[in-house]
Amino acid sequence: MNDTADSTLKNTLPQRQFLSIAMENLLELIIRLSGISAIIFVLAIFFFVFREALPIFFSDHFDLAKFLFNTQWYPTSEVNVRYGTFALTFGSISVTFLAMIIAVPFGLGSAIFISEFCGPKMKESLKIIIELLAAIPSVVWGFIGLTVMSRIIVSLTGAPVGVNLLNGGLILALMSVPIIVSISEDALKAVPDSYREAALALGATKWQIIYRVLLPSAKNGLLAAVLLGIGRAVGETMAVLMATGHAVQIPHGPLDSVRTLTANIAAELGEASAGSDHYHVLFLTGILLFIITFAVNLTADLVIRGIRRK
Amino acid sequence: MQTHRSTHLCHSIMLSALMIAVTGILFLAGCQKGDEQQAKSEVTTIQLKGSDTLVNVAQAWAEAYKKVAPTVDVEVSGGGSGVGIAALVKGTIDIASASRNIKPQEMETAKRNTGKDTKDFTVGYDALAVYVHKDNPLNEISIDQLAAIFAEGGTVTKWSQMGVTIPGVSDDEIVRISRQSSSGTYEFFREHVLNKQDFKLGSRDMNGSKEVVELISNTKTAIGYSGMGYATPSVKMLCISPKPGEPACPPTIENTLTKKYALARSLHLYTLGDPEGAVKQYIDWILSVPGQKILEENGYVPADVAKPAN
Repeated sequence: MNDTADSTLKNTLPQRQFLSIAMENLLELIIRLSGISAIIFVLAIFFFVFREALPIFFSDHFDLAKFLFNTQWYPTSEVNVRYGTFALTFGSISVTFLAMIIAVPFGLGSAIFISEFCGPKMKESLKIIIELLAAIPSVVWGFIGLTVMSRIIVSLTGAPVGVNLLNGGLILALMSVPIIVSISEDALKAVPDSYREAALALGATKWQIIYRVLLPSAKNGLLAAVLLGIGRAVGETMAVLMATGHAVQIPHGPLDSVRTLTANIAAELGEASAGSDHYHVLFLTGILLFIITFAVNLTADLVIRGIRRK
Repeated sequence: MQTHRSTHLCHSIMLSALMIAVTGILFLAGCQKGDEQQAKSEVTTIQLKGSDTLVNVAQAWAEAYKKVAPTVDVEVSGGGSGVGIAALVKGTIDIASASRNIKPQEMETAKRNTGKDTKDFTVGYDALAVYVHKDNPLNEISIDQLAAIFAEGGTVTKWSQMGVTIPGVSDDEIVRISRQSSSGTYEFFREHVLNKQDFKLGSRDMNGSKEVVELISNTKTAIGYSGMGYATPSVKMLCISPKPGEPACPPTIENTLTKKYALARSLHLYTLGDPEGAVKQYIDWILSVPGQKILEENGYVPADVAKPAN
């Protein structure tokens, strides 16, 4: 009985090893490919976007200084074509800035409440609801901005039009709050309990623990949360397209309509015939957008490194 | 040791089984898709894209035509006349709808891309109406005044400059409602009102004919332009005089047909080359009595069907 078992074992042994080795190599290859694929995709996107934008530099109508600092955007004019994106860049930055003014205090406050103050049952239900908030599609947010929010803004502020900078900022704030909350909550959770215990033992109040111990030690994670929120707000397209009123101008106050870089690309790329100056300029706008988000990420990285060195 | 090996074997077998199952499912799914495609090949699909002014009519045509010819499926999408024509010259759709004439440059591109000439069918007429809120006491406006409000460099920015006080609002600023630049309505207005000059920046650029009217009905200080088919009880269509001092006339069917109304325009369908088969039958049906009746029901003026379109 034992002998037969041994012999079958011997027979199957090399085969089994071969199978498992082959399987392991295969899986390793697949995983390696998926790891590298991110790099391939990013490079391919760079290549494509730059290739599509490049011809504009040889066009007569184009001037880089005007592209960056002129506020006049007339891509389809019959008398005088002008490609100035400053009003659009300013629109993107102002909407994001307003959104962050609203979202950062709310997001951080809510994260602190979830991780430090509330009971386990409340904590679970709050987390689920905040995740639900993150799952709402951006076009639905835009819809809310266009219909519900615009009416509220008109009746509260007396603004002539409800789709404006304030509306876009509020919608973007609501959209980025879930990201800020979930990442900063993780950051706060990662602070070892011994810190809290030590602070308690020294007689610190709850507020002192949060202000003096938790916030400084979770600084990196909190910063990352805020910057990811900014990234979301800068890149958001559909909601701002619907909620900001789509007017090319430098806003004089939160009740003026604006147009953002992303919304402009979304609205105009469909009509721009492939290969025209307008088409190339829209791709260049995409590069500008990319440079802005890259700058945000880079500062975040440098700041975090700087903090770490201390 | 033995149990460890056997679980390993077990895993390999399970993995293989899983892969086989997945392949099987994919294969089956592929087969099913093939079957569906086969069944669908008996249905002819016509792709129609373009004008937002015409999108409601095009939708109504498609639905009614389904009863006339059940095997023909008409897919309708909007986006603007420019978007439709851009798709037609690329050869990706069968019919482009437009509320403006095709430009010589676009015809050349079509010829270059597909080797075919574009074919023009006038399917009806529309009066481009200028809308204000129903509480606005203004009743008529001249083309020159419109240009002073909308054109770049135009001097009129306040309602008091027009001699108008809107009851119940303290704000005097004229809120200009315009269209996105891919819209045929936008280009028609630019050509016939602004005399090919550019729009003043800072207007709210809406993405559809209906959105313009909706925003005006919510904004007492607004003025905007849209097809006359989109009128609602909460907005007012202005009478338009071609020159100051000349009699103003309202956008009615008679005034559109006699061209007394200054902003009358024709509505077009474009195809590549002479239409054949299902596309030809469809366009013939649109130009026949039932098709023209639907156009009229949607608030437009039927084309003169006595005169053959081609």
